Amino acid sequence: MAEFKLPKNSQIIEGKQHPEPKTNGQKKVFKIYRWSPDDDQNPKVDTFTIDIDDCGPMVLDALIKIKSEVDGGLTFRRSCREGICGSCSMNIDGTNTLACLKSIDEIKGDVLIFPLPHMDVVKDLVPDLTKAYAQLNSIEPWLKSDTPPAEGERKQSKEERAALDGAWECVLCFSCSTACPSYWWNGDQYLGPAVLLQAYRWIADSRDENTGERLDALEDPFKLYRCHTIMNCSQTCPKGLNPGKAIGEIKKLMLERR
Amino acid sequence: MDKNKSMTSPLKSAKGLGSAKHGLSHWIAQRVTAIALVPLTIWFVSLIAFMKSSNYESAIETVSNPLNATLFLLLIIATFWHAQLGLQVVIEDYIANKMTRMTLIIITKFILAIIGVLSALSVLRIVL
Repeated sequence: MAEFKLPKNSQIIEGKQHPEPKTNGQKKVFKIYRWSPDDDQNPKVDTFTIDIDDCGPMVLDALIKIKSEVDGGLTFRRSCREGICGSCSMNIDGTNTLACLKSIDEIKGDVLIFPLPHMDVVKDLVPDLTKAYAQLNSIEPWLKSDTPPAEGERKQSKEERAALDGAWECVLCFSCSTACPSYWWNGDQYLGPAVLLQAYRWIADSRDENTGERLDALEDPFKLYRCHTIMNCSQTCPKGLNPGKAIGEIKKLMLERR
Repeated sequence: MDKNKSMTSPLKSAKGLGSAKHGLSHWIAQRVTAIALVPLTIWFVSLIAFMKSSNYESAIETVSNPLNATLFLLLIIATFWHAQLGLQVVIEDYIANKMTRMTLIIITKFILAIIGVLSALSVLRIVL
């Protein structure tokens, strides 16, 4: 059965309440999921109150402030702080997004921060994305062509290049895949929106000569057709992309070649 | 190191047994039957509304009409075909255990086949 309840050792209990800072600035409460593989304890939600007048505007700024000033043990992935590396994807205020692109102002009330849903947790806000990366690997996300390039590079018309818009911008944060109920229930076989968007990116590439083989590899009741157009993927994408539409385009091509 | 722990690579698990090379026909059939059911259901509901005050004999006569009987049979085929396709997907979505999944799908399809054939034969019996 699909699991609707958390197993006993995953049930979240109340964690540490960190004291409020003594400032006159505007205060905001952050409730953050904590779990460590080392202490055999259930996950907890710790409460941090910080002065947001003395903090950058984004949720990532608050996380960094908490890590450097309150609890150095708080673990999360981050790198570029400008929405281009895809590292700091997490569930903020009930929606999967990038912490660096989510402004604190947008969130009414307390800020709830959890790791990406339905993935194994490595520690705190770091999900185990091994499976998702392997699925990306499985669609062979690189150019495959038998014809050698004419003069040094493979050319595209403006129109051909435009076909890749909306697909190349993906930063592989996996916010979409981990927001998809189909991926939650059947993620071992269903490739999920992030990987299917990348599959489409290479199917749509005018320079790639492996289109048929790529479609062959996707034609499967689970790999592709587990998408039931729930559209959580497109709702949640922090880059404003539309993986749901890309999956629709793949289904259309399946129909076209029949 | 636990020697019983699987040491296959993540890529091997992601590739699994490869693509089943089907799924498109299922997907098309689900959509085609869904679209067919729109006019058929409208026709069915209006026919029922129309027959509301008629007695047994005239109801039999309405169903015996070749056009009505044809639409009835099409409605039955589309409904049960759509139902078995849809329920299969629901079971595949929510039942993870492969044995349970397959057993439930077969039982569901069998029950739907019984009700479907029974419904079709009932119409045919009135007509013939």
